[in-house]
Amino acid sequence: MSALSYAFGDTVVIAKRSVKRIRRQPDLLVGFTIQPVMFVLLFVYVFGGAIATPGLEYVDFLIPGIIVQSMVFGGFVTALGLADDLKKGLIDRFRSLPMWQPAVISGRITADIGTNIVQLVVMFTVGILAGFRFSTSVPEVVAGIALLLLFGYAFSWVFAFIGLTASSPEASNAYGFTILFPITFISSAFVPVDSMPGWLQPFAEHNPFTTMVNAARALFVGTPAGNDVWLSIVWSIAITAVFSALSVWRYRRAVMR
Amino acid sequence: MTGVSAAAIETHELCKSYGDVKALCDVDLRVEAGTILGLLGPNGAGKTTAVRILTTLLKPDSGWARVAGFDVVREAARLRAQIGLAGQYAAVDENLTGLENLQMVGRLYHLPRRIARQRARELIADFGLEDAADRPASGYSGGMRRRLDLAAALVARPPVLFLDEPTTGLDLRSRIGLWEAIEALVTGGTTVLLTTQYLDEADRLADRIAVIDHGTLIAEGTPASLKARVGGERLEIKLENGSVEAALAAVAPISDGQPFAEDGLVRVPLRDRHGAIADAVRRLDGARVGIDDIALRTPTLDDVFLSLTGRAAENQEEGE
Repeated sequence: MSALSYAFGDTVVIAKRSVKRIRRQPDLLVGFTIQPVMFVLLFVYVFGGAIATPGLEYVDFLIPGIIVQSMVFGGFVTALGLADDLKKGLIDRFRSLPMWQPAVISGRITADIGTNIVQLVVMFTVGILAGFRFSTSVPEVVAGIALLLLFGYAFSWVFAFIGLTASSPEASNAYGFTILFPITFISSAFVPVDSMPGWLQPFAEHNPFTTMVNAARALFVGTPAGNDVWLSIVWSIAITAVFSALSVWRYRRAVMR
Repeated sequence: MTGVSAAAIETHELCKSYGDVKALCDVDLRVEAGTILGLLGPNGAGKTTAVRILTTLLKPDSGWARVAGFDVVREAARLRAQIGLAGQYAAVDENLTGLENLQMVGRLYHLPRRIARQRARELIADFGLEDAADRPASGYSGGMRRRLDLAAALVARPPVLFLDEPTTGLDLRSRIGLWEAIEALVTGGTTVLLTTQYLDEADRLADRIAVIDHGTLIAEGTPASLKARVGGERLEIKLENGSVEAALAAVAPISDGQPFAEDGLVRVPLRDRHGAIADAVRRLDGARVGIDDIALRTPTLDDVFLSLTGRAAENQEEGE
C-alpha cells in the first residue's frame, strides 16, 4: 500500500473511533444539538427585539451569524479529545504505532465535519421554524453550506492546536472559550458592527469572523457580498495551513503529561 | 529479524537532557533476542525516558540506539512496525470496547480488516477478557485495563516489546497474572525490555538486569551476579548481653571475611552456611555472649539496590 492510502485509511480508522465516542457519551450530543437550539431561541426571542438590523428581519440577520459561530465551535470536541488522549497516554501509544501519524488529528477533524453537518441541519430547522427564510438561489445556498463546512474545518485545526498545547482537557476548555468567545461576539454575527462604540468598530470590521459571517449572509439572504466570500475562503485556507502545521508540530513533540 | 545488529535492542552512549536535568547519560545497553532485560531504578531515574527514546517518542540528544536492527531516529517509521508498547498508564480508549480497542490498534498496524478482527478475538481470549469484550473499557478494573493494554501491544506480534512499569499499582494477584503472560511471550521468542521499581519483579522475570539511577547505568548483569556483588550469605546476630568485641572475636573463625557490627547487629559473612548457626551459637556461648536472635540471610536485589544507590528502592510496600 502506498503512503497515500495509509494516510486515508488511518484517518478513517481514527474518525470511526471519534464517532463511536459520541454514541457512547450521548451527553456530547447535547453540545451539538440542544445548545445551538437554545442560542437561536434566546437571540431571536430575548435579544432580537432590542437589536435593530436595518433592511433585514432580525432572524434573517441572526441565523447566518449564529450558524457560523456554531461551525467555529464545532471543533471543540477535537480539543477536548486530543487533550484527553494526551492525559491518558493514548498519544504515546499512537506515536509508537507504524500508522500515518497526522491521522490522530485528521481523523478527529474528519469526524467534526460529520457533527457539523448534524448541527447545520438542526439549526436551519429551528431557524426556519422561528421565521428564517433563504432569499437566494439554490446554488448560492449550496455554496454557502460548503463555505460553512470549510470554516468549521479550518477552526477544527485551531482547536486541535489548543488541545495539544493546553495542559489538560479543562485548560483547553478555558483557552478555547476565552480566546474564541470574544472573537465571535465582537463581530457582525449578532449585532450590526456600526452599532458598536467607535473604538471597537475597526476590530470588529477586520475580524475574520465578520468576513465569514458577511459571506454566509450574502449567500443565504442576499446582502451585498463585496469580497467577503473570496476573502473568507482565503482566511479558511490560511488558518488551516498555519494551524495544521502547528498542530502536527505539537503532536510530534507531545508526550504524556 | 532485520538489520545488521544481532542484538534486539542496543544503545550506545545514549544521552537525553531536559534543560539542566540529565535524564539519561551515556547509557549503553544490549538485549539479546528472546531475552528479558529488567531496567530497574527508582522513580525519576530515567527508565521512562529510555523507553520513550527506544519507542521513537523522544529523540536522544546524543548517542544512538537500534531496535530490531533499526535506528530509532533515522528509521523510526520502520522500527515502529517491529515493536509493541504497554505501560503503567494503560493507554486504552475508554469509550471503545475491549474488542474495538484491539481492532483499532490492529488496523493502525495495517493488518487487513478480517485479520485485525480475528487477532483481536484471539487476544481477548488469551487475556481472559471474553466477558468484558463488548463493554466499554471505561468500566474495566485496573487489572483488566493493564491486560487490555498489554494485549494491544501484542496485536501485531511484534518481535520487541517494551513494558513500562506494567504492574505498578496492581494488586498481587493481577501482578502474577501479568507476569505469567510475559513469561509465556518470551518463551515464544519475544524480546522484552521491562522497566520496574519492584525488585521481586525484576528478579522473577529478567534474564539480565540494568540498574539506573539519576540517568546513569550503575550496574548490569544477571540477577545472580548482581546479588553476588553484594556478597554471599551471612549471619545476622542480635546480642542480648555481652560485649560486641567479644562476639566479633568469637565468630571470626567461621567468617569468610571480617565480621562487623552494624545497626545493632553483628553481621558475619559466611564461607559455608551448613551448620553455621549451630557453630555460631556454640562459639558465642563459649564467649559468654547472650543471643537475642540469630538468622541466616541470603542477599536480595534490595541489598543490591541499597549497596549501589545508598538508599532503598522506592514504593516497595505498594501492591504487596
